[in-house]
Amino acid sequence: MLETVWFILITVLFIGFFFLEGFDFGVGMLTPILGKSDTERRVLINTIGPFWDGNEVWLITAGGAMFAAFPNWYATLFSGFYMALFLMLLALIGRGVAFEFRSKLENPKWRSMWDWIISIGSFLPALLWGVALANLMRGVPIDENMNYVGSFWDLLSPYSVVGGASMVMLFLLHGALFLSLKTEGDLRLKARGVAQKIGAWTSAVLLLFVVLSYFETDMFASRGISPGMVPILAGMALLSVHFFIKANRDGWAFIMTGATIVLSTITVFSLMFPNVMISTLNPDWSLTIYNAASNTYTLKVMTIVAVSTIPLVLAYQIWTYWVFRKRVSASDHLDY
Amino acid sequence: MEAVDLARLQFGVTTIYHFLFVPLSIGLAYLIAFMQTMYVIRDDEKYKQMAKFWGKIFLLNFAVGVVTGIMQEFQFGMNWADYSRFVGAVFGGPLAVEALVSFFLESTFLGIWIFGWDRLSKKVHLACIWLVAIAATLSALWILSANAFMQEPVGFEIVNGRAEMTDFFALLGNKQLWVEFPHVIFGALATGAFFMTGISAYKIVRKQQLNIFRPSFNIAIAVALVSSLLTAFAGHDQAQHLMTSQPMKMAASEGLWHTSGESAPWTVIASIDPEKQENSFQLEVPYLLSVLSYNKLTGSVPGMLELQDQYVQQYGEGNYIPPVRTTFWSFRIMVGAGMLMILLGILGVYKAIRGRVEGSTRYLRWMLPAIALPFIANTSGWIMTEVGRQPWIVFGLQHTEEGVSPLVSSGMVATTLIGFTVVYGLVAAAFIYLVVRTVREGADVDAKHHVGGKAANNAPPAALL
Repeated sequence: MLETVWFILITVLFIGFFFLEGFDFGVGMLTPILGKSDTERRVLINTIGPFWDGNEVWLITAGGAMFAAFPNWYATLFSGFYMALFLMLLALIGRGVAFEFRSKLENPKWRSMWDWIISIGSFLPALLWGVALANLMRGVPIDENMNYVGSFWDLLSPYSVVGGASMVMLFLLHGALFLSLKTEGDLRLKARGVAQKIGAWTSAVLLLFVVLSYFETDMFASRGISPGMVPILAGMALLSVHFFIKANRDGWAFIMTGATIVLSTITVFSLMFPNVMISTLNPDWSLTIYNAASNTYTLKVMTIVAVSTIPLVLAYQIWTYWVFRKRVSASDHLDY
Repeated sequence: MEAVDLARLQFGVTTIYHFLFVPLSIGLAYLIAFMQTMYVIRDDEKYKQMAKFWGKIFLLNFAVGVVTGIMQEFQFGMNWADYSRFVGAVFGGPLAVEALVSFFLESTFLGIWIFGWDRLSKKVHLACIWLVAIAATLSALWILSANAFMQEPVGFEIVNGRAEMTDFFALLGNKQLWVEFPHVIFGALATGAFFMTGISAYKIVRKQQLNIFRPSFNIAIAVALVSSLLTAFAGHDQAQHLMTSQPMKMAASEGLWHTSGESAPWTVIASIDPEKQENSFQLEVPYLLSVLSYNKLTGSVPGMLELQDQYVQQYGEGNYIPPVRTTFWSFRIMVGAGMLMILLGILGVYKAIRGRVEGSTRYLRWMLPAIALPFIANTSGWIMTEVGRQPWIVFGLQHTEEGVSPLVSSGMVATTLIGFTVVYGLVAAAFIYLVVRTVREGADVDAKHHVGGKAANNAPPAALL
């Protein structure tokens, strides 16, 4: 029972991470591409300036929650996807200091270097999380002692790369739409243009991923709990983005990419349930919420803490977005 | 090298690096919060300029602390999978709570503080920096409660070969935590204060922006002295607690091979031979170790060889003596640095009270390199604590070599070790360069310059000096 609660809570934490950091990864990737002048780039960065750090904590919390609630999941996933995680950490380290360091010097080379670190540092984690999710869905070689016995290269397959590309495209779209809400004038038009251009491609790549998932995984056949209409709604939400942009309803378009992210994450996790890491070697060696979980007492304590703090976190993070609800413009005070 | 040695090296390198930034963040957060409080109460622009100047360095520092902290959260799973499986049901708890309760608070309100100067009322904006400081302190509390469990496991039982939490409040009430936490927090305040004192001294010697750096110096030197003293007192408590919880670490940090007589002398320096298990030379102060351990002139302190025999009986065959030289010397370096800090603090406060700071050029010049002292003390303190616990990763429960990820090869650990070291090195270089530049530029005294981003970029603060 509590294992299920924690499976849901970790799903919630990942939804928070993908939804929130999703758009700031998108903005990060687009910064050196959309921003033609230094001021433009600064505006782009400032749209996520007050938020990105708080957004990233959703990932840290998901990691901590896995450690506390499912220590075996935490241990197997992180020691197994070792090199991928290493690359993601380097990317997040570079990106995190880049936001703070880039404007401290006037030198254009210095700034351009950090802007590209932001861009690549946003692209890599998006790609790697997509790859990781695809592998979680398909299963990976795990032995009877819960250890991953493959290599880094085993994680890369056409299927998982399409998974990575889906995540990148979705976050790009999500980020471009966020920018259409947070910038004005020329930049806003450019951001909308990007969203319009990549909208159809995003749908195509995601559709390809769903089709491949049908062949590559046995999720549709046997496992998990049926997500019902959820994946269909996810698809509809994504398809509606194009029309909302055309109708000048950028807010709705952003909500719809958000909905796609939320509903797709729910779909993936509910199809995995109750597995957390599927073994391709022997189904009995898979990690489930039962053999990976902490003891009941720990789960109880953690439930109390999580259920009482997550709503509070949501409340003050929403307040943050309210405080900085205004569009960022080049005439603002940009340098902090 | 084997994977376990590389994994230990990686943990050492990344954690020491992380903990260069963390105490400075905590210390500066409180000092800045104090300055901004003065600004709100007295409505004096000077305090705002102070808060903003130190805030710039604080933010550079905080950024590095945050990103290296992410690494910390994941590295247990990456390099220490069997440790994670063994203690996750206890140790994971405080880490998750830290993220939920503290890290969210800290990161969210820091974002608001950075960008909120013109958006929020003065009081709400002030509340943000206080929340950051308090959340960072709570962060330390949760992380240290996890570390305290490694030093002195409480609130658990072993079920099916792993540790399971049975009492969350026992974890929080761990005696080890409550000697460790004050020591770390006062040490963090001292770190921030010595940093601020040193930079202010540098500016005062150059007679730059005295209206900013004179008061900064005065505030910081008072905090430096008080917090250095409190760190020492808390450290003394911790050492006394060690006598009962980890006597082996205590004996190693004293280079004490054999149980002392009725009154134990304190060894100032010694030439330790871990092979022969003896000291070929030592300089002693009679009675002092008894006084330090028990607050009285008598009291025997157990030696390593006797404890070794006792542990063999208790835990089975094995070598329970930690690397003695490292433990012994890191302890002395920490204490030495701490004593110097107290001395410099007393001198500085004396000069400040007599109004003689600006004339004391020689003292002020010494305060810049003295910034290194708290960092040296923090680092050597952690080395002593963690190396002195060996061979255990969790005292009495799991050996360090049993904790590593069984299928992560030494090549993989070596690769990531090199990768992190290179990237951390580059980040450190950029960080130091930017801090030096920020200090040279000094505070933005022209409060009106930030009307519009362009103006801000073009204003040459250096020209105002």
